[in-house]
Amino acid sequence: MLKGRLGNLVFQAIALALAFGVVSLILISLDASPMDAYKNMFVGSVGSVRKIAEVLVAFVPLLLVTAGLLVTFSAGLWNIGVEGQVVLGAIATTWVFRYFLESALPPALIITLAILGGMLGGALWASLTGILKTFGGVNEIFGGLGLNFVSTALTIYLIFGPWKRPGVASMSGTVPFPDQFSLPQLTDLRISPWALGIALIAVVIVYFLLQGTYFGLKLKAVGRNFRAAYLLGIPTWQYSLYSFLICGALAGAAGAVQVAAVYHRLIPSISSGYGYMGLMVAMLINYQALWAVPVAFFFAALNIGSIQLPILMKLDSSLSGVLQGILVLSVLLVAGARQKFTKKA
Amino acid sequence: MTQETILVGLAGVLAFATPVIFAVLGETLSERAGVINLSMNGTILLSAMGGFAVAYNTDNILLGFLAGMLIGALVALIVAFASITLKQSQVAVGFVLALTCRDLSYFLGNPYMGVPGPRLQAMPVPVLSDIPVIGPLFFRQDAITYLSFISIFLAWVWIFRTRPGLMLLGIGEKPSAAFIRGANVNLMRYIYTVIGGALIGLAGPAFSLAIRAGWMGTISGLDGIGWIALSITIFGGWNPVRGAFGAYLFAFLQWLGLVLQPVLTQVPSQVLQVAPFPLMILTLLLVNIGNAEWVERTLAAMPESVRKFFAKLLRAMRASPPAALGVPFERD
Repeated sequence: MLKGRLGNLVFQAIALALAFGVVSLILISLDASPMDAYKNMFVGSVGSVRKIAEVLVAFVPLLLVTAGLLVTFSAGLWNIGVEGQVVLGAIATTWVFRYFLESALPPALIITLAILGGMLGGALWASLTGILKTFGGVNEIFGGLGLNFVSTALTIYLIFGPWKRPGVASMSGTVPFPDQFSLPQLTDLRISPWALGIALIAVVIVYFLLQGTYFGLKLKAVGRNFRAAYLLGIPTWQYSLYSFLICGALAGAAGAVQVAAVYHRLIPSISSGYGYMGLMVAMLINYQALWAVPVAFFFAALNIGSIQLPILMKLDSSLSGVLQGILVLSVLLVAGARQKFTKKA
Repeated sequence: MTQETILVGLAGVLAFATPVIFAVLGETLSERAGVINLSMNGTILLSAMGGFAVAYNTDNILLGFLAGMLIGALVALIVAFASITLKQSQVAVGFVLALTCRDLSYFLGNPYMGVPGPRLQAMPVPVLSDIPVIGPLFFRQDAITYLSFISIFLAWVWIFRTRPGLMLLGIGEKPSAAFIRGANVNLMRYIYTVIGGALIGLAGPAFSLAIRAGWMGTISGLDGIGWIALSITIFGGWNPVRGAFGAYLFAFLQWLGLVLQPVLTQVPSQVLQVAPFPLMILTLLLVNIGNAEWVERTLAAMPESVRKFFAKLLRAMRASPPAALGVPFERD
């Protein structure tokens, strides 16, 4: 009955309605008006050009991470360690900036090196999870999670130790970098078109890599059936490692952007949870690259839109996370129910 | 450091491990039946918040613990329904729930932030608590810690020494064989996942009503404990006693970090707090590396005596998951 594209849309709509229904009930149980909450979130995210620019600031790292995760998911890997890969990207970028602090090289070159350094840092950190997986038999979920905690500790160690501010070290991070080390931004707005460009190019590259290349085809073969791919002569463990390296590089780019275009220094929570959020986006879009852009924008908008909720409605801003989580959960449940329903019919 | 302070510290280690013990036992039961409950980190936070809120509003600590168990059971029910009935990926559903329940705990817990509330008091066991060393270590704890001691033992006996436990092992190792012997595989998986979830849900109140009473939101120091418990479950090789040992080892390392802090002043405290994680990765590596193909190949090329030694060493550390872990059961 409900097949093809129309069926997909109908079921996505059901999942969306289910999620908003559940969240509305939660809000009503707290004596808060759901309509007010949604309206505040809408106005707080896309109500003005300034707000949209804020959403884009969150959108860039989220899209980069999601693009990377599409590669590891294609290879059948759950790269939860992506959060730490963002962090290591930020650390590596900070390291490059510090190294060239007194240098006479043109700032544009230094920024380019810093972002490439960030990508390298993320890729190397991801390769740790990959090596643990392929040579140590450690499931990538657990190896990745452990390394996430280690990466956070490393950040804090650097901020309070070798890279501390002159005088007193604090949770506010390292000394901000001079202005010329910042990715150029639009006048009056915090968003850097360069950062936006990097993220959009990344998602396009990943799309073509997965859809239009032999590499992508083999990667998906490894993801679908590891054993069969191996028997067909695909060097499976190399492909697993490649996917970790690509994802790590893109996550590292996200960390680099956080340093070079957003915070201009290293702070303890530099990854802002974008790694975990990217996993949710990738699941929600059912691992299809084309949908990454609108869904990542929607998630970023929810995050930015909820910032004002504590002031406007005395609600905790974690409402955005609740809404995102319940949305992904409803999509999974509705998809499962649909499969069950159509199989029986 | 006097003997007295060391004893108090070690007794604290046993108490601090309590939430992790319940989480590990719950996850062990669930995974033994073949279902990974990856939601654990979120479940623990939500049950910590919910358990405290209920105990605060009713002024009844027991109700708080029951509420925590109920929350854990409900979250596990979602995992079971999505994975067993709807055949969705256990990892995907569990991970989403881990994040959602965490955010939900911060969202709903907002009014309870930093509110002083009820707390479980220590309950020294008469006579036994006066035994030197053993008394202060084991018998001056609170009720929930005693319960954790008993639960480790009961879970072990249940899994390895009873008939239903044998069936449980069968469901996780070879569900088709268990089915032929008359086991309702999917129903049993539902039951063990939900019971396991209730145990995981006990971990939250064991923290928010005992160790550090109250709800502190993002700074309660509880976030992350579920992920640790998940690794400890593997470290424990899906055996309650070995898992409990892992939990105590973890708590001991955390305590050691605190004790060593005044000595290692140049290392920030946050770094010492995460010291168990690299160790955790290392232990996971040791537990798993025996399963890797290249290790077997390398060993085969070694002289007999060396090979025997390493093979024995690896086998002692090795832990293999239940064969049907994460695999949906279909009767055909």
